[in-house]
Amino acid sequence: MKKNKLIIIYAVLIFIFLILYLSLDNKKIYNTEDLVGKKMNEVDLLYFESEGTFNTREIFKNKFVLFNFWASWCAPCRKEHKNLIRLSKNKNLEIIGVNFKDSPQSAKKFLEELGNPFSILAKDPDGKQSINFGIYGIPETILIDKDSNIVKKYVGPLNLKDVNEIRSIVEK
Amino acid sequence: MLSNFGITFLSITFLTSFLLIYLSFNELKTANNKIPKKIYNFSSLQLIFTILSFLTLLAGFVVSDFSMSNVFENSHSTKPLLYKISGTWGSHEGSLLLWINILVLFSFLFLFYSNNNNKKFQLYTIIFQNFLIGTFLIFLLFNSNPFSLLFPVPNEGLGLNPILQDPALAIHPPLLYIGFVGSSIYFSAALAALISKVETKLFARVIKPWVSLSWFFQTLGILVGSVWAYYELGWGGFWFWDPVENSSLMPWLLMTALFHSVLVLERRLGLYSWVIILSILTFTMSVVGTFLVRSGILNSVHTFANDPSRGLFILTFLILMVFSSIFIFFKYSTTEKNTFKFLSKEFFILINNWFMVFFLLVVLIGTMYPIFLDTLFGTKISVGPPYYNFVLAPFLIPLLFLMTSGPKFNWISSESKKIFDLVFFISLFIFLAILFIVKEKNLIVNLTLIFSIYLTIQSLNDFYKAFKNKSINLSRVISHFGFGLLIFFISINHILSIEKNFNLKVGDEKNLSKFLIKFENIESYKIDNYQTIIGDFQILNKKNLIKKNLKPEIRIYDQPKTMTYEASIDSNFFSDTYLTMSNVSDSELFNIKLQIKPFMNFIWLSVFILSLGGVLNIFKRIKKV
Repeated sequence: MKKNKLIIIYAVLIFIFLILYLSLDNKKIYNTEDLVGKKMNEVDLLYFESEGTFNTREIFKNKFVLFNFWASWCAPCRKEHKNLIRLSKNKNLEIIGVNFKDSPQSAKKFLEELGNPFSILAKDPDGKQSINFGIYGIPETILIDKDSNIVKKYVGPLNLKDVNEIRSIVEK
Repeated sequence: MLSNFGITFLSITFLTSFLLIYLSFNELKTANNKIPKKIYNFSSLQLIFTILSFLTLLAGFVVSDFSMSNVFENSHSTKPLLYKISGTWGSHEGSLLLWINILVLFSFLFLFYSNNNNKKFQLYTIIFQNFLIGTFLIFLLFNSNPFSLLFPVPNEGLGLNPILQDPALAIHPPLLYIGFVGSSIYFSAALAALISKVETKLFARVIKPWVSLSWFFQTLGILVGSVWAYYELGWGGFWFWDPVENSSLMPWLLMTALFHSVLVLERRLGLYSWVIILSILTFTMSVVGTFLVRSGILNSVHTFANDPSRGLFILTFLILMVFSSIFIFFKYSTTEKNTFKFLSKEFFILINNWFMVFFLLVVLIGTMYPIFLDTLFGTKISVGPPYYNFVLAPFLIPLLFLMTSGPKFNWISSESKKIFDLVFFISLFIFLAILFIVKEKNLIVNLTLIFSIYLTIQSLNDFYKAFKNKSINLSRVISHFGFGLLIFFISINHILSIEKNFNLKVGDEKNLSKFLIKFENIESYKIDNYQTIIGDFQILNKKNLIKKNLKPEIRIYDQPKTMTYEASIDSNFFSDTYLTMSNVSDSELFNIKLQIKPFMNFIWLSVFILSLGGVLNIFKRIKKV
């Protein structure tokens, strides 16, 4: 009886410790710096207006893609928006907007007021999918090359210097 | 130079713990019932050398000896003296050295001051404690050596993380460490008690002061950590259910359960195995917490620069510790008969224990579940305040009620008592008066208010009685009173807090329903090791027309380059006005967060009162022994 109890307790503990051991190697996804240079995670994102989802790796093969995480309640997003509009004129680049924890009405109003630079607009109403991109807060912007590798990551609003940098990478 | 001293001192400490284990084992075979003088001497020697090693590192920080890599990585010559000193335990290596110091200190104190006339028990405790000391010393010397050298010697250090440069945080780690590392001594004593088959009442008597002591420091450590988070992190809260906070709360819950159970054991009313399990579990949970914080599995303000080998070492240690203590438990424990009378004092203490275990499980699951989910399925979730509030809050109500009623009952007897007495109706009346002012609709919040008031008033009543009748346990009365107040003020704070978020330019005004905020001016200075941007705000309370001037700051530290947001807090005893400002890059706008937080000072005070009960328990013990 005592022996059986002991075996059960040991078995449960071995399982727990095994998981903890495995988790030692499984960390730092939040560290955005580590993502640069790696292949982007495959993530299914919801379309902003229509039903259904799209996969982030499937779309725009052979083109540079810029993921921009924004919300209407985020003041710096408003600030960087004109720079996104500038970039949207670039033919080698497609911009995918991810509307982050926002209400659809105010997001729409925001775009009506400031213009829509996005080729595709996705939404992440509870912020869960954005975790896969290593998003800390918004605005954040990720540049992906033609083979879905993460080239650059911008934390905070894009400024003119960033715009020029993106242009030079894309046009190379 | 200092580095060589440090390593020498640590090596001597290691040698003494080896000798202490060896001598104690030898001594177990002899027949006389007296611990020889040499064991006492080696224990004193061990304490002296471990303290010397700590002072050596401290000296390295004070004189900014950058030939030591730990000083180079965590200090800077321009840093104020206080933070040079606190930098000693501000890094992984330094804090581990503090760990070892506390392990050694408790080993010494136990040997000298826990004179229990049971040689076998005493010696086994020293053996187990020195196993812990030895293992941690190996870890320190071979993996995390605070005395490693750097060559060539740099001219300047990298600096201490600025959010750690805070007086509250300078004392937070030592307090917390005395708390949860202190629990090692009853871990060792529990294993020793099993092997040496010590009499149960003696065991309870021996561990009680150590449990109270560690509980007191753990409570204070958590309090100081919360105060720091409130003033420094700029979020306006004091408890975030952050996994790291949870790691300090879990041992606390176990300690609380433990010293209630010890009261039962002390009167030979059973629970022996349970007390042993709790003693083992408390230190185990402390090591689990250390593992979570140090291995880098969790991301938080406490995470030091990561190195996977650390996590692996702590995990290996944890596995060995847990498996061997379970083995010892099963080998030596005997079955006991617990005869609990319904509605006796011990019956209520048992229920208290179930509550603590339940709270522990909720917190443990909330902390571990995301790690398991991530490892097994790669899904990332974060468990936040809503989970804890939803699961824990309803259970606070019966807990408060039991804390009020349980102490009224007698030991052993099953005599029933009047529960809803005059005090309850007075409390109900006070609650109704408060409800009339705050107009809260949530049932759970209201019930929590009623029962926290009831506990507070009942404790006051007991306090009055305690002076007439010496048989009332004053430390219980004070702690329960503090807990009642704590829950009461947290609830009131929860109901009355206001939070507003908006953007302003210099010169702008923001008109809120109760306040008018004017952004008057902005100034920028260079101070010591940082650049500061200070906003000047006028806040007008429209109701009483009182004007307040608040100056939140944005600080840009040089070493290392970091930005921190300093909240400006106007504390007027009853209520805090809490303002933070953050810059919106490349724009004239600033993001402003205004929070009104009533009764914050009372929350801190309640926790302090809660902890005082623990101190009383320690002194009471000493007087009797």
